[in-house]
Amino acid sequence: MSYPLNPDLYSDDVKYEPIRAGFGRGLKAAGEVNENIVALCADLTESTQMHLFRDAFPKRFIEVGIAEQNLVTVASGLARAGKIPFTSSYAAFSPGRNWEQIRTTVTLNNQPVKIVGSHAGVSVGPDGATHQMLEDIALMRVLPNMVVVAPGDSIEAEKATRAIAENGKPSYIRLAREKTPIFSTEESPFEIGKAYVLKEGNDVTLLGTGALTYELLKAAKLLEEHGIDAEVIHVPTIKPLDREAILKSARKTGRVVSAEEAQVAGGFGGSIAELLSEALPTPLKRIGMYDRFGESGAPAELMEHFGLSGNKIAPEVKTWIEHTAKYHQEF
Amino acid sequence: MVKLTIPQIEQKATEIRRDIIRMLAAAGSGHSAGPLGLSDIFAALYFNVMNIRPEEPEWADRDVFFLSNGHCVPVQYATMAEAGYFPVEELLTLRKFGSRLQGHPEREKLPGLENTSGPLGSGLSQASGYAYSLQYLDENPRRFVYVVMGDGELNEGNIWEAAMFAGKYKLSQLVAFVDRNNIQIDGTTEDVMPLEDLKGKWESFGWHVVEIDGHNITSIIDATSQARAITNRPTVIIAHTIPGKGVDFMEYNYKWHGMPPNAEQAKEALEDLRTLGGQITHEGAGV
Repeated sequence: MSYPLNPDLYSDDVKYEPIRAGFGRGLKAAGEVNENIVALCADLTESTQMHLFRDAFPKRFIEVGIAEQNLVTVASGLARAGKIPFTSSYAAFSPGRNWEQIRTTVTLNNQPVKIVGSHAGVSVGPDGATHQMLEDIALMRVLPNMVVVAPGDSIEAEKATRAIAENGKPSYIRLAREKTPIFSTEESPFEIGKAYVLKEGNDVTLLGTGALTYELLKAAKLLEEHGIDAEVIHVPTIKPLDREAILKSARKTGRVVSAEEAQVAGGFGGSIAELLSEALPTPLKRIGMYDRFGESGAPAELMEHFGLSGNKIAPEVKTWIEHTAKYHQEF
Repeated sequence: MVKLTIPQIEQKATEIRRDIIRMLAAAGSGHSAGPLGLSDIFAALYFNVMNIRPEEPEWADRDVFFLSNGHCVPVQYATMAEAGYFPVEELLTLRKFGSRLQGHPEREKLPGLENTSGPLGSGLSQASGYAYSLQYLDENPRRFVYVVMGDGELNEGNIWEAAMFAGKYKLSQLVAFVDRNNIQIDGTTEDVMPLEDLKGKWESFGWHVVEIDGHNITSIIDATSQARAITNRPTVIIAHTIPGKGVDFMEYNYKWHGMPPNAEQAKEALEDLRTLGGQITHEGAGV
């Protein structure tokens, strides 16, 4: 079955919504079916969209103030008492500031605490580099027991939140501040650990996580005009990685591109490099942030500047393909 | 579990100290001063204060215990073994490959542990989360949450975030101990990073504060009774203890914070074990 894409995907009228809005709805929906779900926030309740849960279940909402270390460690204690705690803040602060507490009291302690990092990536915009979290994927995916999910749009964020609520594991969910296009539909599948082929192709595999998947769809359309037939795969779960789906496509196309709004070192691109170099040494081009911080600016302007928009990715990929031989099994 | 009498608890504390010395000597590494100093508090908690079932560690109506300063876990292991959570002989596997008794406590390794700790400053938050759950989510006033912190770890900001949190939410089922032994690795607490006025600090965060002699079993039990009777605030018991308590050559010496006794020192320590009054409580308390 092919993945149902938003029919308005390439139209100028494509609907935009912040990914975090889907999280807010998903958490409230999860709370309706499971009364053990509780929510904690570090003074950013509306910003992280946790207010929807707070207003629906005031008794199950805990305000901890601007104290991210306490945020996750109190959650660890709540989990020991049988609760399923969702903790939210900006990704720069959680998991940015409280990594050791997450390591010891959540992942080594193996409690199903959910870390919700909003405002990840350079698309945070004017707030600048301090608030544009780029290292969260690396910080979270290196932890044993941790599940890492970066939903592609608000519809998927809602599904991902509900799935994470019931997975029984320490989990990180990465959200963005800015409105981004919706490329999936209510009917599109989401399962933790699964990657989805959005467009089939033979010349190159484009792997996207988070909102960058939309930019890859755009890039694929531009590449088509140059006779390049790209396969686009959406990888919302960064850990555990859907090795089978990624390797199957890499085997077919012989060239892989990864794209993320994060540091490629240790990030999504890093995880793809690890997979390919061990299992199928396919030439890899990583789109993302290369050992540098972001800066203030308008979100779209920054995405363009750092080469993360579809119209920047397309020529980059085209040039790379022209100079890169496909992987051959007889290597 | 049947509650022991004061003399019986004192005797248990001596047995716990003997276990600690033996297990540390066998391990060849680990912390001596803190665990020896905490033995009376642990004996009082596990053999009198807490409502627990060692044979049923996940018993739904149990009181829960969080250790914040994980390096003091030898005293918890020794106490748990004496209480019947696992065989006393297993204590000699401490810190060894394949052991359930990890160098710092890991919840999933050993039934009866409520948390994983080691990196300092997080235990009060974990205990607060549990206490919040009992008070506001489960609305179960019958269970209590106990947590032991070191005084050195009060340098950590995470502790004071938790202190504010528990104060704000008036977590009255939370009973915290500060092991006020005045030492940390680099020297005395007042030299490294002064904590005083410690009582005033906790009071200003909205806590009920009790100061006790942490080696007096009656005082320990009384302070926890008082804590449970106070229903509008969390309680912190600042327990003044002697690091290395019970072993003359270790007492008050911060150098024993992170060091185990060697075989010869262990022999001397076991002969030396005594109560606060300088009396050996029972015959055969030696080697």
